[in-house]
Amino acid sequence: MAKKDSFNILEHELVPKHVVLSKEEAKELLRTLNIMPHQLPWIRENDPVCRKIGAKRGDIIKIIRKSHTAKEAVFYRYVVPRWVK
Amino acid sequence: MVVREETEYTIKGIKLSILSPDEIRKMSVVAITVPDTYDEEWTPIPFGLMDSRLGTIEPLQSCATCGERMESCPGHFGRIELIRPVLHVGFIKNIYQALQATCVECKRILLKKETIEKLHALIKKYVDRNQPYFANLLINLASKKASKTDICPHCKTQQPKIKFERPFYFYEEGEKGSKLLSPYDIYERFKQIPESDAILLGFIPPSRPEYTILFVLPVPPISIRPSITLETGERSEDDLTHKLGDIVRTNEKLKQSIDSGSPQLIIDEHWNLLQFHVATYIDNEIAGLAQSVHRSGRPLKTLAQRLKGKEGRFRNNLSGKRVNFSTRTVVSPDPFISINEVGIPYEAALKLTIPEAVTAWNIERLRRAVINGTEVHPGANYVIRPDGRQIDLRFVKDRTQLAQQLGPGWIVERHLLDGELVIFNRQPSLHRLSVMAHRIKVLPGKTLRINPMVCPPYNADFDGDEMNLFVPQSPEARAELEEIMTVEKQIQTPRYGGSIIGALHDYITSAFLLTRKGTKLNRFVAAFVMGMGEYKGELKTSGREIFESFLPEIDYENKPMAVFDEDDKLLIIKKGKIIKGVIDHNAIGDQKNKTLISKIYFNYGPSAAAAFLDKTSKMLLGFLDHYGFSIGLDDLHLDESVYKEVDALIAKHFEKVNEYIEKYNRGELEREPGATIEETLEQRIMDELNIARDEAGKLVEKYFSKDNSILITAKTGARGKMLNLFHMTACIGQQALRGKRINRGYENRTLSHFKKGDISPAARGFIKSNYIKGLSPIEFFFHAVSGREGLVDTAVRTSQSGYMQRRLINALLDLHAEYDGTVRDSEGNIIQFRYGEDGVDPSKSYGHDPVDLDGIIKEVLEE
Repeated sequence: MAKKDSFNILEHELVPKHVVLSKEEAKELLRTLNIMPHQLPWIRENDPVCRKIGAKRGDIIKIIRKSHTAKEAVFYRYVVPRWVK
Repeated sequence: MVVREETEYTIKGIKLSILSPDEIRKMSVVAITVPDTYDEEWTPIPFGLMDSRLGTIEPLQSCATCGERMESCPGHFGRIELIRPVLHVGFIKNIYQALQATCVECKRILLKKETIEKLHALIKKYVDRNQPYFANLLINLASKKASKTDICPHCKTQQPKIKFERPFYFYEEGEKGSKLLSPYDIYERFKQIPESDAILLGFIPPSRPEYTILFVLPVPPISIRPSITLETGERSEDDLTHKLGDIVRTNEKLKQSIDSGSPQLIIDEHWNLLQFHVATYIDNEIAGLAQSVHRSGRPLKTLAQRLKGKEGRFRNNLSGKRVNFSTRTVVSPDPFISINEVGIPYEAALKLTIPEAVTAWNIERLRRAVINGTEVHPGANYVIRPDGRQIDLRFVKDRTQLAQQLGPGWIVERHLLDGELVIFNRQPSLHRLSVMAHRIKVLPGKTLRINPMVCPPYNADFDGDEMNLFVPQSPEARAELEEIMTVEKQIQTPRYGGSIIGALHDYITSAFLLTRKGTKLNRFVAAFVMGMGEYKGELKTSGREIFESFLPEIDYENKPMAVFDEDDKLLIIKKGKIIKGVIDHNAIGDQKNKTLISKIYFNYGPSAAAAFLDKTSKMLLGFLDHYGFSIGLDDLHLDESVYKEVDALIAKHFEKVNEYIEKYNRGELEREPGATIEETLEQRIMDELNIARDEAGKLVEKYFSKDNSILITAKTGARGKMLNLFHMTACIGQQALRGKRINRGYENRTLSHFKKGDISPAARGFIKSNYIKGLSPIEFFFHAVSGREGLVDTAVRTSQSGYMQRRLINALLDLHAEYDGTVRDSEGNIIQFRYGEDGVDPSKSYGHDPVDLDGIIKEVLEE
C-alpha cells in the first residue's frame, strides 16, 4: 500500500476541478437560482475531495467537469454534515 | 364538466399516525364476539362479523347505525376486544428498535442528556425550516446510536441484550439466561417512555410506542369486505371476513380457557395462535410464518396483499385506472391515409362520443345528430338537459321531437366526426412518441388503420399488434393535443437530432428507381404517378423532375447509401432541384439524422414535412406499381462455376486454420498478450473464418447485375443488408453460442459425428453452405443452436430491460426543465444546472449539432 497522502487526488485526471465558493459568491448563486442551499446536490463533509480542499459543512463547492455534450459543465454542491445520507 | 362541490373544509395536508386503543373504541360501533356471519334466513347475526351496524351491502336495506342506504352509507368500523394483547407485525422493526434503544430500568432513551437536548434543538430547527428530511435522518441516527449503548447514561444500569426471533418473538438475554418478553412486558416498558424520548425513537405525537401493541383490533365495515353470491346461489365471504372469523374464534377460545382456569401452557398456546391470526390478517406474506390459506389451499389475500404489488390497489386501481371513451383493436396498414390520421371502424365511431354544448352555431348539426340517433353515424348517444338529467337516446321513441327541444344549455354527446383529434397509443409506452394525437377517419372494416410510416415511433407492425385509442372529452384537452401531440410535431424525435418518421421499404426502392439516372416515363404513366401524389401543375416525364415537383425550394446535401454510379456519390439539391445524386434511405428514410425530412421540418414546419411525406409516398407507390418490382429465386441463382470458386476460397481458408492447429499441436504457436495459448488459437481461427465469410461475400457480389432486386433493396437501405444477401448466395459462416464457436454437447466434441478434440471449423459450427444450396444436417443443427440462443436472449432481455425502465421512470417521474434551464424535481431541488449540461433539446437540434451551422453558412454565402 502506498503511503498516506503519497499522491494528490486533485491531480488525478478523473477528479474534476473543485473550488470552494466565497460567502458572497455563494449568496449570489443562491439568489440567481432562487433556492435554499439544501436544494443543491449534496456532497459530504468527509468526502475525500472536501477534506483535501478544506470545505466545511455549509460551504458550496463549484465543480467544473468535462462534458460530452457541452465541452465544460459547471456544477455546484452543498457540503452537508457527514451523518447525512 | 365536473364542478367541485362546495365543501366545509379545505384539506391542507395529511398526517399519518398510529391509532390508540381509545380511538379504535371511539370509532367503533359494535364489539364483535361471534365468529359467524348470517343465520339460516340470511339475516346478519348480532355481534357477528356481518352485524348490521357495520353498514349494509344489500341494495334496499338501510344501515342500522346511520339509517342511510347502500349508496350513501360509507360503512362503520367495529372492534374486537383482544383478551390478551398481541404485537402489530407492521411495526415489528420499530418495536425491536425501541426495545434496544431504551433502558430496562428507567425507560429513558439510551443517550446522554446533552445529546438529547442538542438533537431536539436540531430537529426543531429543521422542522421550522421545513426540511423534514434532515429531521428524519437525525431521528434515525439517534435511535441507531441509542441501540448500540450498553450502559444507561441516566441510571447507569447495564443493558441486557435484546434478541429478536422472527416473526414476532423478543428475548431479553441477561445473566440468568434469556427470557421471553410478552406483549404485556413490552407494553409496560413502552408506556413509561417519556414523550420527548419517544420523538427521538420516531414516534411523533399523537403516535406512542405502546400503540404498536394491539389490545383492540378494528373491524373494517362490510363495504370493505362484501360477500358475493355465486350463480349457484351459494354465498361466499371475503378473505378478510374469513380471517376476522379466525381471530374472533381464537379470541373466544382464549377467553374460555382463561375463565375455566386451564393450565398456563394451554393459555399460551391459544395466545400464540391469536398472535398468528392477527399477524396474517395484516400481512399474509411474512417471512418465517406459515401462510394462512383458504379451504381450497389458496393463500388468503389480507390487508397488505390488497395494497402491494402489480395487482395491488396502488398500481392496479390508482395509477392504472380503466377509462371510458377508449377502444382497442388490431391495427393494420393503410398507406392512403395521412400520417396524421387514424382510421377507425364505423362500429367504434358509433360508441365513441364527445360532449358538445348546444349553441346557435351548431344547433342544426346537433339536431341532425340527435335525429340520427345511436345507430347512424354522425349521430349521438346521449343528451344532457339543462337540469343535468342525462337522456339515453337508445330509449327515446321520438327523437325528432327531442331534437326540436334542443337549445342553449343542453349538451349533446355526439359521435366522433372525421378530422377530430384522439390519442393513440401502443404498449409498451417506452418513450414520448408511444402516445400521439391522430385525426380520426371513419372507415369500413373492423381494424384501426394507420399509415405504415408511423410504425417506427410506435414500434408497431401488423402481425396482430393491438393499439389503444382515447377520445379527449374537453376542449382544453383537444387544444393540448393539437398544439403538442400531433404526429407531425413528433417527426423530429426527442431521442436524437433526427427524424424518426420517414419513408420505408418500397417507398425507398421506388425513390431510388425514380431518381436514378435515365428514368423516363411516358406521359400517361407520368400523369398517373404525379396524380397519385395529388400534384397539380406542369406534367413532367423524367424521374428526377417528377420527384422535384414534390420538393419545396430547398437546399440539401447528403451522401446516398447506394452508389451504383460514380456521379451519384453525392446528393445535391439546390432550390428544390436535384443537381446530382439519387434519393434513398439516407435522404428520406426513417430513424435517420440529417434527412431531407428533417430539413423540410425545420425550414417549412411540421405540416409541410407531413404533407411532403403523405404526397411523396403515394406518388412513389404509384410509380412502383407501374415500374413493377419484385424479388424471386432468380435474383439468387448463380452459375455453378461461382459456387466452385466459393468452395475453393473457403477450402483455402480452412487450410490456413489447419496450419494454425498444427502449429499449436507442435507447440509453436505464440501466445497473444493477455490470453492463453488455447485462447490465442481460438481467436486466430475465428478471425480467419470471419475473413473467409467476408471474402466469399465479396467474391459473389461481383456476379450480381446492377438490376438485381435484392441488391437494390440492400444498397438503397430499403430492406436487408448485404450480409443477408451473402448468407443466401455465398456462405453463412460461423455460428456462435455465448460469443464463442459452438463447443458444448458431448465429451470434447459437439456431436458424435466428430472425433474427440476435433476443433476444425466444421466440428465447431462453421457453415460453408448458403441458404440457396441448403445446409447439411450437421450444419442445420448448428444453425438451430445459435438460432435458439437468439430467441432466449430476446425473451430474457425484454423482461430485464422492462424492469430497468420501470425503475428509471419512477426515479425520474417528476423532473422537469425550468425556465432558467435548470432541471428540478417537484420540491425544487436541483438535479442538473443546465438540461443535458448544454441546454439543448435534441428534438430541435440537427444531427449531432445544436443547429445546422454548415447548412446555414452555405445558404448565406450563396445569396
